[in-house]
Amino acid sequence: MIDLLIIGAGPAGLSAAIASARQGLAVRVVDEFYRPGGRLLGQLHQEPDGVWWNGLDEAARLTEEARHLGVEIICGVSVFHLTQSRNGWVVSTTQGEMTVPLLLIATGASEAAVPVPGWTLPGVMSIGAAQVMTNVQRVRVGQRGVVVGINILSVAISRELQLAGVTLDRMILPPSTTVSGTAGQPKAVMQSLLRVAHLAPSLMIRLGSKLMGSSWMQKLAVSLYPSSGFSMWDIPIQLRTAALEIVGTFQVEGVRIAQVAADGSPIAGTEQVIPADFVCIAGGLSPLAELAAIAGCPFAYVPSLGGHVPLHNESMRTPVPGLYVAGNITGIESAKVAMAQGTVAGLSIAKARGKLTNEQPLSDAIQQVKIVRQNATIQFDPDIVAGRALVGQMTAEWIAH
Amino acid sequence: MSQRIDHHPVLGSLGDRKQLSFYYNGTVYTAYEGETIAGALLAAGVRTLRVHEEKGTPRGIYCNIGHCYECRVHVDGVPTVRACMTLVQEGMQVNAGSLLPTPLKKGGHGA
Repeated sequence: MIDLLIIGAGPAGLSAAIASARQGLAVRVVDEFYRPGGRLLGQLHQEPDGVWWNGLDEAARLTEEARHLGVEIICGVSVFHLTQSRNGWVVSTTQGEMTVPLLLIATGASEAAVPVPGWTLPGVMSIGAAQVMTNVQRVRVGQRGVVVGINILSVAISRELQLAGVTLDRMILPPSTTVSGTAGQPKAVMQSLLRVAHLAPSLMIRLGSKLMGSSWMQKLAVSLYPSSGFSMWDIPIQLRTAALEIVGTFQVEGVRIAQVAADGSPIAGTEQVIPADFVCIAGGLSPLAELAAIAGCPFAYVPSLGGHVPLHNESMRTPVPGLYVAGNITGIESAKVAMAQGTVAGLSIAKARGKLTNEQPLSDAIQQVKIVRQNATIQFDPDIVAGRALVGQMTAEWIAH
Repeated sequence: MSQRIDHHPVLGSLGDRKQLSFYYNGTVYTAYEGETIAGALLAAGVRTLRVHEEKGTPRGIYCNIGHCYECRVHVDGVPTVRACMTLVQEGMQVNAGSLLPTPLKKGGHGA
């Protein structure tokens, strides 16, 4: 009989498994993918101190530690339904029903789709797909590609593709539509890039981030911004160019592009077709929260956390009895934050099971989440702290009523 | 030419892996142990994994982590298997699936 079932063997799920198993809980982790690690798999970037963050190694370390503590990790299992029972949960999976008193959903995030005409052609893929293919499957996604969508995720993964010997022709914006929203508007993209400018190797961008504190200067920067763009790691980043269409008969052959005005509208007469054999679409991430919805958990719509998130408190408890959440399902942040949240969830669940005799580790872990967030190199959204506070407040109100 | 990244400047070399044979639409392909169907086919230059059931237009991988179902193929007779989530096994028969009849649709095609 297991005490806790964790859905998702990513950084949050595995960390929760480790924390709760240490307190003596019998834990099972299930994941759809064929190997544990979640989106740690494939993450590869250089920290400001020069050390490489290798997600494959992190995933292996967490998996080994969890298994050593007796955690059962089952891969290749999809969860498609959850029902509350008198004593907990009945979880419907592709390997049959699992009954369990306590449940942690740590399903992470999924990439937001940005439809571009021609995007169903073979050779068009999400930026995350290219990351997994390159760093996990160790297969090049093509010879020369175009990245549509300029954000922190796509810039980081473009660098990973380059490391693996894949040439990126350029990074450009998606067409400005209601679906692409601000991702198709040079000014908004410029602002979001400035927040991560401290990571850029280019001195111009570093200086720029200090100079462009006020909005009129940003407007000026976008209008003066060279249409040829600037480069990061020799990858041209063109904030004044957008994809109009991906062209090809049986697979990607190129991208029809145009220069755009500061509001994202295409400038007549600037259209051209550039050759490419693959295209990556980068629409950013949103919490993958369907299972929490099926479980009957109330949600909040908080844009700074990436969209709709299940209500939860600092202990990662939802208002639904026996249901916990951790990681990117609670808001888009880095793997390190997800790991810290997983530890909180694991200890919190051990407490609910009556296995946590001393509560100090739990309050320390809650504090640790805040410290990790504060020290994060990359913040996906500047308003993340306010967003978190809002969800905490809404959860408290929900429980009070 | 294989598109495999045997040597990576940060992740290192892959070393020796067990070689496997499998079939895609009746043609034999080589994979290595631990490769997904999607990975092995892409390494061999195969981009199209299926055709759209109604329109017949080509489809490949999109998300590569099991969410989008764009890469669904038939494996040993089982339909709707995600090529990105399924490891190649020796002798595996993978098929792209085909255009399905749309007899009730105006202008549709029969079987």
